[in-house]
Amino acid sequence: MKLVLQNLAAPLLGILLAPLLPGIVNKVKAFFAGRRGPPLLQLYYDLFKLMSKGAVYSHTTSWLFRAGPVVSTASVLTALFFVPCGMRAPCSFPGDLLLVFYLLGLARFFTVIAAMDTGSSFEGMGASREAQFSAFAEVGLFIAFAALVRMTGQLSLSDIFEHVTPDLWRTHAPSLLLGAVVIMIILLAENSRIPVDDPNTHLELTMIHEVMVLDHGGPDFAMILYSSALKLWLFAAWFAGVVAPRFEGSNALTAAATLGGMLLAAVLTGIIESTMARLRLLRVPQLLIGAAALAFVAFLLTCRGGAQP
Amino acid sequence: MNGLTPGLLLFLAGGICALGLRRFPAAASWAATTGAVLGSVAGLCGALSTLIHGVTEASSFPWSLPYAAFDLALDPLSAFFMVPLFLLSAVSALYGELYLRHGKNAQRRGDAGFLFNLLVLSMALVLAARNTLLFLVAWELMALSSFALVIFEDTDDSTRKAGWSYLIASQAGTAFLFFFFILLGNGATDFSDFTAPAAPARKAILFVLALAGFGTKAGFVPLHVWLPRAHPAAPSHVSALMSGIMIKMGIYGILLTLRILGPLPPWCGWLVTSIGASSGVLGVLFALSQHDLKKLLAYHSVENIGIIALGMGLGMLGLAYELPAIALLGFAGAILHVVNHALFKGLLFLSAGSVLQAARTREMDHLGGLVRHMPFTAAAFLVGSAAICGLPPFNGFVSEFLIYLGSLYAVRQPTAEPSLVALGILASLALIGGLALACFAKAFSIVFLGHARSTQAGRVADPGPLMTVPMALLAMLCLAIGCSAPAMFPPLMRVAAQLAGQNELSTVLPDVLPVASALTMGVGLLILLVIAAAFTRKWVLRGRDAGLAETWGCAYTAPSPRMQYTSSSFASPIVRFFSSVLRPIETHAPVDGLFPARGRVETHTPDVFENALYESPARWGAERMRRLRGKVQHGHMNLYVLYIALTLLALLLWKLL
Repeated sequence: MKLVLQNLAAPLLGILLAPLLPGIVNKVKAFFAGRRGPPLLQLYYDLFKLMSKGAVYSHTTSWLFRAGPVVSTASVLTALFFVPCGMRAPCSFPGDLLLVFYLLGLARFFTVIAAMDTGSSFEGMGASREAQFSAFAEVGLFIAFAALVRMTGQLSLSDIFEHVTPDLWRTHAPSLLLGAVVIMIILLAENSRIPVDDPNTHLELTMIHEVMVLDHGGPDFAMILYSSALKLWLFAAWFAGVVAPRFEGSNALTAAATLGGMLLAAVLTGIIESTMARLRLLRVPQLLIGAAALAFVAFLLTCRGGAQP
Repeated sequence: MNGLTPGLLLFLAGGICALGLRRFPAAASWAATTGAVLGSVAGLCGALSTLIHGVTEASSFPWSLPYAAFDLALDPLSAFFMVPLFLLSAVSALYGELYLRHGKNAQRRGDAGFLFNLLVLSMALVLAARNTLLFLVAWELMALSSFALVIFEDTDDSTRKAGWSYLIASQAGTAFLFFFFILLGNGATDFSDFTAPAAPARKAILFVLALAGFGTKAGFVPLHVWLPRAHPAAPSHVSALMSGIMIKMGIYGILLTLRILGPLPPWCGWLVTSIGASSGVLGVLFALSQHDLKKLLAYHSVENIGIIALGMGLGMLGLAYELPAIALLGFAGAILHVVNHALFKGLLFLSAGSVLQAARTREMDHLGGLVRHMPFTAAAFLVGSAAICGLPPFNGFVSEFLIYLGSLYAVRQPTAEPSLVALGILASLALIGGLALACFAKAFSIVFLGHARSTQAGRVADPGPLMTVPMALLAMLCLAIGCSAPAMFPPLMRVAAQLAGQNELSTVLPDVLPVASALTMGVGLLILLVIAAAFTRKWVLRGRDAGLAETWGCAYTAPSPRMQYTSSSFASPIVRFFSSVLRPIETHAPVDGLFPARGRVETHTPDVFENALYESPARWGAERMRRLRGKVQHGHMNLYVLYIALTLLALLLWKLL
């Protein structure tokens, strides 16, 4: 029983704590703006409220509109079972990172399709931008993880992050730092945060993610909010996996440090959102390609020292 | 040979009956279809038993042609290619039976049946032939029968033009193959007598010749220009067969060459990898900018051939750098992608065919909202789209996973060189994946979602069972391969090990089999969670009424279908970003005045390679020739006699020397 509990700890933590991260981001933003801001648990209240509502659907929509949130939530949840956060994930195998990336792709595919199902030009705009930006973001993410694979010599997410030790930081500090920066940039892009997208904007024409889910309501919208919180959790876990220190022999300390790293990711997101303006849409691909280039530099730096066996 | 020979005879018998009965189209078409389906079942049994038992069977038939023995053999590699060939032939034949009844040349569908059977027969012969002459005869037969099928609906001018460009490209490709086989054989014509030349230069020339000859058939960029013209022009079930399996004959040829030539220097692997990356990325970019549904699918074949080439390149690099695990994973991913692409591209072309038949247009911007009238076709297209984007739980994911995994293995290598190539493979696969997702999100949603953009698109219906059952079969196979990695990996790895030059399965297999089961577990978890989430949603919403309303349009409540996002607007950000490569042409009619009545905008993206590499040089050459003719041929009889005298003199001198 203990084994199962320990094994399922990583996904369970994600399932329970993921809605906290947006709350932290909002608190940080409120601090910068000198406001009190919404309560830390606001997303939990929202989810509860939405879950107890009915639903309204557009005439235009078909079953795909209803399937969108279901499939995207399920695929992000599946991905959660492969992602460690301070402790090993319950499932891991060589190459599981590919499954996780493609599960996120599946979630995106269905979100885009559900948006297009409404026949609205606004949602089409958002869908088109989302598809474009994630195609570029994916390249950077793959190269960054290739660099991590080369540095650690491991092929599964759990193993990779287990091998990002203080020793590795001593030998490969520049690459790891660049990797963390790239993961942070892609976190911002994939979770529709400033400087790529503004979650607080009120103009449909300028939105990306928000405009894709305009027509969803009630439990469907709750699923969408929840799965985006989970997605933020996944990226934060990767960021923390690189930056958080690991303590040999003490799993609890390592877990605490990793959760601290995730908190840091949320705080950083909040600080970036408070201090930066969003980029023009035409500039976003340049940011993402820049991230891919940084990841490539990180990879080149690992070639210099030779890989771990 | 068990299964194969009777299968081929059934195809032949069906085809000949169809030709004999051509005055009675219904009977002729059924004869061909029956022959094709029965022949496929027999052939499939033969191929599967070869694959499972792993034995090579050979047989020789008497034939009176000089230099050519009618030698056939079924080894694991041929059998591996025959599985998708026969699967796709059977379902396409059934589909075509109904499809052609409502087509343009319905009265001549007996001929189409004959040609279809001939095409499948010739492809099976290409795979089984063990003699140069037989191989080339089968190769030509394949090219000619598919040419005749491409121009089957010959009432369209564009179809005839597409047929010509196809014929020219395929003949040019075959010319390379002639040189290749002459150089390789050195007098011998039996494949068993071929030996790899010792001189590296000769080896390199042979490899490049094979790459050009077989690559034309496969559709590598920049040899692909015929493909996006010919495939859309053919009847849809033939497009499925051509895109699904015929272009893979080129891949088979390259693998055959690799097996004969043995280990090649690393630059060959680099070359194949870069061809793969450019075919993949350019294929998907051109696909994104298309408005024609079938043309979009055809460009995606270029993309998928690129993915297969990436896998082959990885395999070749593994061989060159002596990394057996990487070679095995690369080749395994490449050949599994051959099967997978046959299944999902077949599925996509068949569902595009039923859209085309119902809505009578391939123009995506005239369609829309088809999911309400054609729910079955929509579901089939959705499965195909998810599979071609490599999304779990479908088959495309498994083969791309193998190539990715091989590259990750290579990334770990201590030396920088293989790991940098592997990084290139990883990055280009990632970019291809992301762009393919954008492309199929566009194709599916513009055609099937939203409101109908034309009146015809509002009056469509799903086709009859003869067309829907084949699609359902292919869709189920896509899902089955995606979920059955552990069962499929051992025979797959055996074929790949042969290509990787390993007689016994290397140490990789024990590594890979647990991965296969873990992969299946992940996919199973996904399916389980999707079902759970769907039930949760249903349970939460029970007893609550779901209201219906207009789509939110910022409080504008009278939207018209013309206001929807179109295929060009969806793709526009990406197409503009890559405009330096794609060179899209956009024309606006100016909108002026305070209350402009109408404006128009037109975008299209012609193939840059077609113009830059073929059309412009050909035009230039033709112009030069015309001028030369003007100088040489001027009507003075005495000068003509002088030409004859000079020619005779030259011949005499040549004889003397």
